[in-house]
Amino acid sequence: MAALTPISRTPVTFYVPVVAAAGAFAGLFVGTAQGSGLLGIIAGAALMAVLALAMTRVIENEKTMRWAIAALFLAGGYLLGGIPGAVMGGAFGWFFGWFTYWLYEGRYRAKLPPYLTQGQVLWHFAFRVICGAILVFLITPILVVMPLSFNSQNFFTFTPEMLRFDPAGYSLRHYRDFFTSDDWQQALRNSVMIAPVATLLSVSFGTLAAIGLSSEHVPFRRLIMAILISPMIVPLIISAAGMYFFYSRIGLQGTYFGVVLAHAALGIPFVIITVTATLVGFDRSLTRAAANMGADPVTTFFRVQMPLILPGVVSGGLFAFITSFDEVVVVLFVGSAGQKTLPWQMFTGLREQISPTILAVATILVGISICLLTVVEMLRRRSERLRGMSPE
Amino acid sequence: MKTKFIAALAASTALLAPMAMAEDMATDMTLVSWGGAYQKSQVNAYAVPYMDMHPDVKVVWDESSNEAVAKLRAMNEAGNVTWDLVDVVASDAIRLCDEGLAMEIDPDTDLAAAPDGTSAADDFGDLLVSDCFIPQIVYSTTFGYRTDLVGDTPPTKICDVFDLEAYPGKRALEKRPINNMEWALLCDGVAKDEVYDVLATPEGQEKALAKLDTIKDSVIWWSAGADTPQLLADGEVVMGSTYNGRLFSVIVEQKQPVAMLWDAQVFDLDGWIIPAGLPADRLARVKDFVMFATDTQRLADQAKYISYGPARDSSAPLVGKHADLGIDMAPHMPTDPNNATNTFLYNYEFWADYRDDIDAKFQAWLAK
Repeated sequence: MAALTPISRTPVTFYVPVVAAAGAFAGLFVGTAQGSGLLGIIAGAALMAVLALAMTRVIENEKTMRWAIAALFLAGGYLLGGIPGAVMGGAFGWFFGWFTYWLYEGRYRAKLPPYLTQGQVLWHFAFRVICGAILVFLITPILVVMPLSFNSQNFFTFTPEMLRFDPAGYSLRHYRDFFTSDDWQQALRNSVMIAPVATLLSVSFGTLAAIGLSSEHVPFRRLIMAILISPMIVPLIISAAGMYFFYSRIGLQGTYFGVVLAHAALGIPFVIITVTATLVGFDRSLTRAAANMGADPVTTFFRVQMPLILPGVVSGGLFAFITSFDEVVVVLFVGSAGQKTLPWQMFTGLREQISPTILAVATILVGISICLLTVVEMLRRRSERLRGMSPE
Repeated sequence: MKTKFIAALAASTALLAPMAMAEDMATDMTLVSWGGAYQKSQVNAYAVPYMDMHPDVKVVWDESSNEAVAKLRAMNEAGNVTWDLVDVVASDAIRLCDEGLAMEIDPDTDLAAAPDGTSAADDFGDLLVSDCFIPQIVYSTTFGYRTDLVGDTPPTKICDVFDLEAYPGKRALEKRPINNMEWALLCDGVAKDEVYDVLATPEGQEKALAKLDTIKDSVIWWSAGADTPQLLADGEVVMGSTYNGRLFSVIVEQKQPVAMLWDAQVFDLDGWIIPAGLPADRLARVKDFVMFATDTQRLADQAKYISYGPARDSSAPLVGKHADLGIDMAPHMPTDPNNATNTFLYNYEFWADYRDDIDAKFQAWLAK
């Protein structure tokens, strides 16, 4: 994007305090790791204020100074934390060099429209920082798990070998454990056998219920709707305890079919909600037109209605699948040890034996989820392109 | 009515030939245990050899011993007991027996005699703490410490846990009053044989909590057996209490810089109970399994995989070497004379009477 606004250098009273504030924020983390957060804040702020002044007032060669700052931080990081410290330090140094000149030269203003007030410019960047912080907050716990799953030891610990990037600190033993242990393989088999069948039931019943409940002549439809989506609202533990006693009486407790039914009941609300939402935009005169042309209701459903509400059905199905695949409370009650699913195995594993095999499984599941979502998104784009809905 | 029917059935099967007996045994068995290394030792020592002898039997393991009492109550209420054999600590066995949820056993007919002919009742001796309880192991709750974090003079006495000046840093203690209250009183100058008398009085309980108060800010409370090993491996705590088998695994199998502090270790028992009201075919199978799995050799075999002492006197001389590492297991047993110089015997009756009361006080103190 071309520059929108002419830029000029900013005064010292602007860029030095901002860089110092950023330095204080970074100093908080370094200081906490070294034992004193407060000291880190003060040192970070002072260091960055001095460096910012030096960069802009003493030697005015941007390229040299940015390299120098990166090298300085790299060396400092190495002294504090070895090789990982050097990597972090180098990244910090590169960022601060860029950041200081970005502010000093006024480049931050270049790509924004000239009519924005100072407050609007501030908000423009604050908004991006907040969004970034939320993403970091959501993703960091998942990212931390991944390197830990390659731990060569049996604990959830970043060992000194791992922090030195010593290959001896890493191993695939927990992945090997997952693929060779009968318990984990049985749990995987159970999950893979339960989730698709539960999804199929949820999607069939949920779609039918949504279509039925969207026609206006059904009596008490609000009440029926409330009952059908109640598994989503009632605390899971209450549903689970209720199902346990009910299924025990009718002989379904501890059976494969019982778990499938319970998971289907949990998945149905998701399907009803997504399908009802797509039905809002569905033109009822189409079904009447189909009937007028001699199609029976079943044909009308599969040839006319179904293709149009398919996105709702598919996303409801995805939710139902994930509900069943992730569910631990209900299966603990309704299932018996013979139906031990992956979340169950992970739950007991976390409590009885804190083993990184759980992290290896988590990493594999995250990988599978990413692949699934990518495939679904690619298919969606492709069908949009084929239907000419997207300009691309 | 139902029990009569079962009794009649059991009696009639007992009269029939052994071949017919085998046909009346269920082929599926759900065993409940604690997961982890302990369950693995049971699989290797009991279940695998049993299944070699009976290839048609299928064993399913459920890692639910932690909530066994609650789950058995629910199963009983729902009239649908799906477990065949449950591994519980002695105090849970006593509770389950009192509530009629566990079946009473007769040691002399349900359990195998020792190879030299000593009856099972004599072989297990005092460890048969309840009519329903079939002991397997003696374990102890004791402390482990990080050898690299305690300076030049490693802790040797239980009271070092309460000494923040000599051993600064966090300690891991179990999030319940049992054991902690006893240790606190021992280190507050109460004689070992008077601990439970003092703890029975409100003043004694206050005294114990006051002693715990001195280290409260430095305590990380654990609730699962795997917590303390993780905290020790992390270096998050300097010392922590847990089951001795867990510490054995940390020290010997995982080679972490940790050592044992055996002083004032508290002995406890773990064993099987058979849920009450099993159908005859499942009961027959489970009795057959228990007879095999608690005999002298099997209990000794278990000690190859984990450092818990076998509950039979006759098993002790048979304890050999670790199955993978080939080291002698005897020096790692809580009952080894070198480790058992100062031990503390957990008082079941006291805790059965006072548990609810002291639990409430302890939780209130924790929340303060």
